[in-house]
Amino acid sequence: MKIRLGNEDIQSASVRRLERITGEDVKRCYQCGNCSGGCPVSYAMEIPPTKVMRFLQLGNIEEVQNANSMWLCVGCLQCYSRCPQGVSVAAILEGMRQETLRKGESRTEVKEVPFPFLKKAPQQAIVCGFRKFVG
Amino acid sequence: MPRIGVFVCQCGNNIAATVDTKKVAEEMGKLPGVVYTCDYKFMCSSPGQEMLKQAIKENKLDGLIVSACSPHMHEKTFRKAAEAAGLNPYQCEITNIREQCSWVHHDKTKAAGTVKSIDLTRMTIQRLKKNQPLNKIKIPVKKKAVVIGGGIAGIQAALDIAEGGREVILVEKEPSIGGNMARLSETFPTMDCSQCILTPKMVEAELNERITLYTYSEVEKVDGYIGNFTVTVRRKAKYVDEERCTGCGECIEKCPFKVESAFELGLSKRKVIYTPFPQSVPNVPVIDAPNCTKIQKDKCGACAIVCGPKCIDFKMEDKLETVEAGAIVVATGYQNMPNERFGEYGYGRIKDVISGMQFERLASSSGPTGGEIRRPSDGKVPQSVVFIQCVGSRDEKKGVSYCSKICCMYTAKHTKLYSHKVHGGQSYVFYMDIRSGGKRYEEFVRGAIEHDGAMYLRGRVSRVYEKDGKIMVQGADTLSGSQVEIEADMVVLATAVVSRDGADTLAQRLGIGYDKYKFYNEYHPKLKPVETVTAGIYLAGTCMGPMDIPESVAQGSAAASKVLALFSADEMAREPITSVVNRTTCNACWDCLTACPYTAIEREAIKDRQGNVVRWVAKVNDGVCQGCGVCVAACRSKSIDLKGYTDEQVFAAINAF
Amino acid sequence: MKIPYYPGCTLNTVAKQFDTSARESASSVGFEMKELAQWNCCGATFPLTPDNVIGLTAPAKVLSNASKEGDTLTTLCAVCYNVLKRTNKVIRDNREKRNVINGFIEEEYDGSVNILHYLEVLRDKVGFDKVKASVKRPLKGIKAATYYGCMLLRPFEDIGIDKAERPTIFEDLLAALGAEPVEFANKIECCGAHLAMNNEEVVTTLSGKVMTSAVGAGAELIVTTCPLCQFNLEKSQPKVAEAGSGYSPVPVIYFTQALGLALGQDIATLGFEKNSSDIMPLLKKKGIA
Ligand SMILES: Cc1cc2nc3c(=O)[nH]c(=O)nc-3n(C[C@H](O)[C@H](O)[C@H](O)COP(=O)(O)OP(=O)(O)OC[C@H]3O[C@@H](n4cnc5c(N)ncnc54)[C@H](O)[C@@H]3O)c2cc1C
Ligand code: SF4
Ligand code: SF4
Ligand code: SF4
Ligand code: SF4
Repeated sequence: MKIRLGNEDIQSASVRRLERITGEDVKRCYQCGNCSGGCPVSYAMEIPPTKVMRFLQLGNIEEVQNANSMWLCVGCLQCYSRCPQGVSVAAILEGMRQETLRKGESRTEVKEVPFPFLKKAPQQAIVCGFRKFVG
Repeated sequence: MPRIGVFVCQCGNNIAATVDTKKVAEEMGKLPGVVYTCDYKFMCSSPGQEMLKQAIKENKLDGLIVSACSPHMHEKTFRKAAEAAGLNPYQCEITNIREQCSWVHHDKTKAAGTVKSIDLTRMTIQRLKKNQPLNKIKIPVKKKAVVIGGGIAGIQAALDIAEGGREVILVEKEPSIGGNMARLSETFPTMDCSQCILTPKMVEAELNERITLYTYSEVEKVDGYIGNFTVTVRRKAKYVDEERCTGCGECIEKCPFKVESAFELGLSKRKVIYTPFPQSVPNVPVIDAPNCTKIQKDKCGACAIVCGPKCIDFKMEDKLETVEAGAIVVATGYQNMPNERFGEYGYGRIKDVISGMQFERLASSSGPTGGEIRRPSDGKVPQSVVFIQCVGSRDEKKGVSYCSKICCMYTAKHTKLYSHKVHGGQSYVFYMDIRSGGKRYEEFVRGAIEHDGAMYLRGRVSRVYEKDGKIMVQGADTLSGSQVEIEADMVVLATAVVSRDGADTLAQRLGIGYDKYKFYNEYHPKLKPVETVTAGIYLAGTCMGPMDIPESVAQGSAAASKVLALFSADEMAREPITSVVNRTTCNACWDCLTACPYTAIEREAIKDRQGNVVRWVAKVNDGVCQGCGVCVAACRSKSIDLKGYTDEQVFAAINAF
Repeated sequence: MKIPYYPGCTLNTVAKQFDTSARESASSVGFEMKELAQWNCCGATFPLTPDNVIGLTAPAKVLSNASKEGDTLTTLCAVCYNVLKRTNKVIRDNREKRNVINGFIEEEYDGSVNILHYLEVLRDKVGFDKVKASVKRPLKGIKAATYYGCMLLRPFEDIGIDKAERPTIFEDLLAALGAEPVEFANKIECCGAHLAMNNEEVVTTLSGKVMTSAVGAGAELIVTTCPLCQFNLEKSQPKVAEAGSGYSPVPVIYFTQALGLALGQDIATLGFEKNSSDIMPLLKKKGIA
């Protein structure tokens, strides 16, 4: 992979907007890797948490948007609770998810959710799932 | 009518670029009392100073203003020149027209800089008219030093001061001097054995006739000021007569009770009567009173029975001793952050998760395993060891924001020691950055990787847990972008270097400053690295912040040279900028006494002829007063004035604006 | 002692046994759970983006209702607890957001209600000593894994139920009930949570790790505090067992069921039949039932 960098990347407006939505400052991340080390789903993420932060520092928000990471984050806050810099990757990923959902795009359509699940699953899972996956 | 001279400096282009210095000089010449003015390229240069002296003599000046850079830079220079020309040096005042004027203006044509310089200089002239000649304060100097803390920094300072011919009291709170260095196995970057290079110095300190060791002692109180401190030291009861003890160790042998050894960081036990380590200096045991059954319950007494010279005294009590000293060196060192703070790393719960300092003990030939790397849980030789760097360092959330500076290096050292001692064993190091700025340091780390086969992984560890009797380390390798899990036999945490518990209390006793991490503040981080805000008190070693042995030693020597310089004359001269109390108006409210940060204010009794106290007034101790002026502001009856900055002077300046 | 209680949606439906066993147990250790007269869903997720104030209105409504019934509120579901506690903190500490939220819900709530998890009530209001003294059917000899999950704990500084990274409140309770809590690696790791909706594979992996580490550490029983953890573990269990590696399923129950059991309640009322794993063989083996 080759990255071509320019001022417009480093000062990316979309990253600044994401920072406003999430209250996070991507510069705070010093790439220690603790979040990727502790994240229970980083093994399945196309871009693990530390790299998510790096791409955002480089202004490359598209790369992260196209990856499955934000849909896999379970919001367990393992990343945030052990980040030495107090960064919440969870908040960043939630922010990106919200941006997508607020545009009306869904990760999972309601009709795709299997009926037996809706019947047996705890309400909290359904409510939470809808909030996180359905636009 | 006063005869004042005004000298306006161009400072090359530093001032002249935005200030019309010629104009300033001309304008000043028009003021009453000003009999001479000039402007010049560099007033501080030799010709500039000559010019100034010449003008003083030729024009019979009785006061002068130099409008130039900050008084911090050259006030001394110009006052000296004035003195050389026969003037009281305090009749020379500086107007700062550079830092606070020319540098903050852009453009000469707008004239703002010139106008401001004229205003400022005029104010100083009016102020100068109210000046009183002042004389330097002469203080006798007691030529004995107290060094607090007997680690390598304190030992070095003591040795150098003694070498310079002066007496030293070395106060150490533990039963032996040596500090943290006594715990280390080998030392980077040369890998010489720590004890081998430290013990000769410890013994030298003990044998040197100018050095008196006060071990098992702590400083309780410090009074006085530079050249004239009175230090009260609590000499804790050792229950062993230091003079008579031969150090035979029979008592230790016979004591039936064992407790955890603090020196060995819990890796082994020691007796209740003990010396911290075999090479202790002095080689005199102490009884750990809270654990001694004789002292607590009057049972046992075995040690006293076997002691040949009969030097054990269970009734011994703490003694307070006062020491008169001219200077104090503080070298109280550091400690490591408690590892328990990082629950995710399992320290305390998983036995084979240890600290870097504990690893030093395992690797040390005088340590609990005789220098073999054996893990604490079952004594097995670990075949894989994971080292985690930056534990608590560079961690604003749970630890400290700074870099502990030494752990990159000692971790590389640990991997080397491990590979030398355990053939076929594999070490892994989780790091964020490798900080190896020092002579031969980078090569040392490369050697650990290339020659000794340490596997360096760039990333932090998220957690350490146990699985089927193995320790699992779960972290990241950010360079490959993957999550990493390692099965380890032992884990070593390089925990942050932090200040000692109680560092703040000692600082308050000494009247020196400290930062938010309770490391002591140097007077100036670049130009006065071993001085403190309190004259006569110097710093050395890790009580100021993390550093390695070479730096600690260099600072010990630096502090010693400051002490020796101070002791080189019988008297020292101090700036006379101190406060004075008007005894007639002082109503003894003591507001100044509580306000003074240097405890320079004392209570003075005014007595009648029969010697009865009629009333009390405040009195400023010239030796201690730093001229900060806080008392002046605090005094409600306006009974205090600061010499050189009297209310009269300040109002004159303000009125001239 | 009467404590206002927020059951939440799940405990009113698929996790009824969590609710009933808790109420019964409360009365045997001397307090009463008084269900809020009015309550709604808490939203089941605390919005992680601070610009999302609307997500705080549902829990705020619950809190404001609770404030009319007392100064404390207890709840059982770890998710409800997390959402309520964090929302409460925002309302208490952030004046600006408080005003916006109050505007939305048309209330004047200031964040003064003290949110206690049922475990905290047992520890701090009743006392584990008293719980221990009330035990009639000790869970003797049962090695139990206390699975905390995420929501009961994180973020540590906002939740503060116990020591960060090394909580013991849950083990302390089980020990008081006579069981032997086991230390296991994944006790504060995630079960897969809401991915239950669209990513069974990840849920199976994460829940699988929780269970294998618990059983690997000797657990014969897993105890939970959250209906979603309970669901994910129970659902994944057969798949984990099928996948080989010698894992054999163990019963998974709510902690209040364990509590009720130990306090001597009629086993038939504890709703074990609603769990999908069967605890009876274990109880028989240990001579408890
Ligand atoms: C694991 C580890 C490995 C290391 N390895 C190396 C290495 O290989 N090479 C290297 O160069 N550096 C190494 N270092 C760093 C080295 O330990 C320090 O640089 C050095 O010991 C600092 O010496 P010091 O005199 O400043 O402090 P200390 O050694 O801490 O000495 C301070 C002394 O003051 C005493 N004291 C404290 N408070 C009081 C008080 N109130 N009154 C009286 N006495 C008091 C203490 O008891 C102690 O004896 C290592 C550090 C660690 C943690
Ligand atoms: S833990 Fe924090 S600082 Fe470290 S890589 Fe992740 S976000 Fe960055
Ligand atoms: S909150 Fe999301 S990103 Fe953070 S550790 Fe949990 S799953 Fe990973
Ligand atoms: S008297 Fe105290 S120090 Fe002496 S042998 Fe007995 S326990 Fe040890
Ligand atoms: S010296 Fe190295 S290990 Fe120590 S805090 Fe600094 S970077 Fe981390």
